[in-house]
Amino acid sequence: MTGAFRTASGGRIDRSKPVAFTFDGQHLSGFSGDTLASALIANGIHLTGRSFKYHRPRGILSAGTDEPNALVGVGRDEAHYAPNLRATQVELYEGLKAESQNRWPSLKFDAGAVNDLASPLLPSGFYYKTFMWPAKAWTKFYEPKIRAMAGLGRAPEAPDADRYSQHYAHCDVLVVGSGPAGLAAALAAAASGVKVMLVDEQPEMGGSLLASRDASIDGKPAQQWLADALAELSAADNVTLMTRTTAFGYFPHNMIALAERVTEHVAVPDPELPRERLWQVRAKEVVLATGALERPLVFPDNDRPGVMLADSGRTYANRYGAKPGKRAVIFTACDAGYRSALDLAAAGVEIAAIADLRRNPAGELPAKALAAGIEVRPSTAVTGTSGRLRVSGAALTKMGEYDFGATQQIACDVLLMSGGFTPSVHLFSQSRGKLAFDPVLNCYVPGTSVERERSAGASRGLFELGAALEDGYAKGADAAKAAKGAKAPARAFAAQAPRLGTDGHIGATPHNRNPAFAKAFVDWQNDVTAKDIKLATREGFRSIEHIKRYTTTGMATDQGKTSNMNALGIVSDALKTPVPQIGLTTFRPPFTPTTFGIFAGAARGELFDPARQTAIHGWAAEQGAIFEDVGNWKRALYFPRGNEGMHEAVARECRAVRSAVGIFDASTLGKIEIVGPDAAEFMNRMYTNAWAKLEPGRLRYGVMLREDGFVMDDGVVGRMAPDRFHVTTTTGGAPRVLAHMEDYLQTEWPDLDVWLTSTTEQWSVIAVQGPLARQVLRPLLEGIDLSKEAMPHMSVREGTILGIPTRVFSVSFTGELGFEVNVPSEHGRKVWEAIYASGQKFGITPYGTETMHVLRAEKGYIIVGQETDGTATPDDVNLGWAVGKAKKDFVGKRALARASMSAPDRKQLVGLFTVEPQTVLEEGAQVVADPKAPVPVPMLGHVTSSYHSSVLGRSIALAVIKGGRGRIGQKLFVPMPDRVIEVEVTEPVFYDPKGERFDV
Amino acid sequence: MLIINCPYCGERPEIEFRYGGEAHIARPADPSALSDAEWTDFLYNRTNPKGKHAERWRHIHGCGRYFNAVRDTVSDFFVTTYKTGEARPDIEESAR
Ligand SMILES: [Zn+2]
Repeated sequence: MTGAFRTASGGRIDRSKPVAFTFDGQHLSGFSGDTLASALIANGIHLTGRSFKYHRPRGILSAGTDEPNALVGVGRDEAHYAPNLRATQVELYEGLKAESQNRWPSLKFDAGAVNDLASPLLPSGFYYKTFMWPAKAWTKFYEPKIRAMAGLGRAPEAPDADRYSQHYAHCDVLVVGSGPAGLAAALAAAASGVKVMLVDEQPEMGGSLLASRDASIDGKPAQQWLADALAELSAADNVTLMTRTTAFGYFPHNMIALAERVTEHVAVPDPELPRERLWQVRAKEVVLATGALERPLVFPDNDRPGVMLADSGRTYANRYGAKPGKRAVIFTACDAGYRSALDLAAAGVEIAAIADLRRNPAGELPAKALAAGIEVRPSTAVTGTSGRLRVSGAALTKMGEYDFGATQQIACDVLLMSGGFTPSVHLFSQSRGKLAFDPVLNCYVPGTSVERERSAGASRGLFELGAALEDGYAKGADAAKAAKGAKAPARAFAAQAPRLGTDGHIGATPHNRNPAFAKAFVDWQNDVTAKDIKLATREGFRSIEHIKRYTTTGMATDQGKTSNMNALGIVSDALKTPVPQIGLTTFRPPFTPTTFGIFAGAARGELFDPARQTAIHGWAAEQGAIFEDVGNWKRALYFPRGNEGMHEAVARECRAVRSAVGIFDASTLGKIEIVGPDAAEFMNRMYTNAWAKLEPGRLRYGVMLREDGFVMDDGVVGRMAPDRFHVTTTTGGAPRVLAHMEDYLQTEWPDLDVWLTSTTEQWSVIAVQGPLARQVLRPLLEGIDLSKEAMPHMSVREGTILGIPTRVFSVSFTGELGFEVNVPSEHGRKVWEAIYASGQKFGITPYGTETMHVLRAEKGYIIVGQETDGTATPDDVNLGWAVGKAKKDFVGKRALARASMSAPDRKQLVGLFTVEPQTVLEEGAQVVADPKAPVPVPMLGHVTSSYHSSVLGRSIALAVIKGGRGRIGQKLFVPMPDRVIEVEVTEPVFYDPKGERFDV
Repeated sequence: MLIINCPYCGERPEIEFRYGGEAHIARPADPSALSDAEWTDFLYNRTNPKGKHAERWRHIHGCGRYFNAVRDTVSDFFVTTYKTGEARPDIEESAR
């Protein structure tokens, strides 16, 4: 099909560049410069979608961001498919493939349209009223069905193949919107010499000027003036112009978020370019020149394809050279409808009649229409339309003083409506500015500002061209002055354009149809009618916020751009309450739907949450280690050999450590170097233990509490020198512990002379554990005597290994003789490999975190966060010995003195043996005294750690049990869904309770 | 996103900072001298005003220093920031 509805000439399309595209598989042609919507209209196509709830045929309503109906899916393949795009904003390119949504099997025959016939059964609040019971049916039945039937586009099947980038920018004056007011503002700010950004969501700058037919500025046709103004701005070094860029969010302190569409409009995008860019702009001052949106009229059958906003109809004719029809009826409450009639007539569209709600339309434009011979019918409403997939006629009803007069059917293939204009205050409202109701314009305009911004032109109700230009220039000058004290030269604009006046209409228009069946749509996208809103008021709803949620009006993806004011008007009318007393719903970002991609930016896949790897990671990976995530760290969980599963591998690794020697990467341990003359005093205050007498060269296990007395962290601490401690923390706790220490040091005890440095990433920690550990390490170390006399358990020595400086700890988290070799992490892998080679003749076995967990559980060592949950005191987990009771104070000491902190029935750490020794309990399982007790069964505590112990040949578990230490020897029960497991309470140290194996 | 004025570094975006709770609640010099009720009050009870609130912030992704700020909890805007240890500026208390 060719563009049968093209005007003979004119418009901003490039008629020398035809563009082929498809819509629902139909091959069509448009021109470069078209939107998908304008190209469809030029091909005589209005039917573009099915409505959300009733599946009614819907056409193109508008020409911009406010489009509620013409939502399409676009994309050359699944990986580049974007659903729910407004056809009015999709730029045409060669080969574009678009499809309609929410219809089955086809747009012209939609099985879901049966909902329309059933519509008396679908009143407002239908979802709430019908699907309340039973609760389970909602997720299993109702919701999937409703989603399938009532819906928007489909999500693509393939991951998004496009790239998105994120940028920051700063400017003195940001101008949002490049219509007459925005251009004038930018001209003023530019002339002041300040740094200006002018952004516009459209492919071309100019806003309403782009659709101008007969206006002139400074003696030039408006479109010529526009070209000159843009040339002036482009030539200025201090101005950045950005098209296809939507200011979608206004955040505190003048941070404006922009979505720039970079390649969306291109047939073959440059692979170097991202699809979209997110700009976070910090502007000293902002000018909002966001224009206004035309209000539809709410009359019966106003949703038939071919019914559109009057100014949009004019835009298609003037800007795109696309006639919205052959014969038009205009329904208007203001002079703008006449402007559209005149412009369409000039484009060759027959104007059948203008129905005007007003009794005496007397402005400049109505006079012109009369002079042009257009039939004008005052005091007339459209009370219905005919046609199925396209409007074929309108019912025009004369409104008398007290009742309705005669109705006449007038044939037409397009019906244009105008209820006047609503300032686009979305960004102003997002900035938390307070709106004020303008009783003359019957709409909200910006009132008191919160941010450093000002609105200009139509966005604050100045709809006349000359006024918008003047206001824009003044606001641009004001912004430049506020930003930098800069001064703009005086400039006047001589604008010639027909006056639009201030008339308009909000709410439903009068009609004489049976109210039970008339569907006058308020919110096209969510299928909300005037009747639905009236019903909500009858059911007692008063606040617009409640009515909105109950009827869903204004809750669609267009955020009620076309519907909000009409909904307010209907509520105001029904409740006999002035609009300002009903309130206004809140506008929230984004102004228009924004891709997830732009927010994600580069944070996808491996960069979504970057993994931390130790210096030894590569070695472990080469050995076939299975890794687990611990915080952001990747840790080797176990090292399977051959076909071993985890159970076999862990059993082998445990045996190796207990009988010979194992090697373990402990680099993820948090490490903090605490240095300074007051380091020992600081340690005394931060940890429960006493540190003053710990000699350099010795280690101590430290326990850290929060001020509320509960265990926060633990770790082995080495005193390297009188004024230097090497502190280790849990793997996940390092940042928290450092922040906790900094807090006290900076804010409570700034008098202490101490420095804290995170050294987690600086040290690789290689644990060599097992009775043969000494033999493995001895040949490699220089300057360190590993003999048990020279280096007893819990000591630290400095020396070198392979010539690399090292701190060697004699420490064990396994219960065996053990050493932890700390080396600068750039040498970690080299040292690891040397130790591994040295250990070969002793059968050295690499082991992972699972084996480490089993070995420590056999010894009853706790893991903070596993045995503790933020409500455990040191005594609860058998660490009472680590509390320096003679110390006057430490963080958490006062809280421990509270009576409840030493109550006898506190949950205490104990061991559990299952009576059936091979049964391994589930971690987290509850422990009870009597499984047959009536529900709710009193719970004594829960299993915190549970493993099969190969050295003991049976299962072991740790648990926290109320009064647990007094229950040792008792039989308790662990109820599971399929059975009850009997357990015996034991001491929590299962292996080598005397600790003799440290000293082999 | 707010701009916060670190007293040590100057103006920086909000994401560089971390909130640190109400300011000017000094840890008692001798906690053992406090009754359980007094200790509980120190540990848990905060003013939570509607209006001007003196609070601690840390420039965690910057200089790392703690400092104090007066922020209006209604508007979310900062009224002022000042160094730890300095007295709360003489800004009228909020209306409760
Ligand atoms: Zn700072």
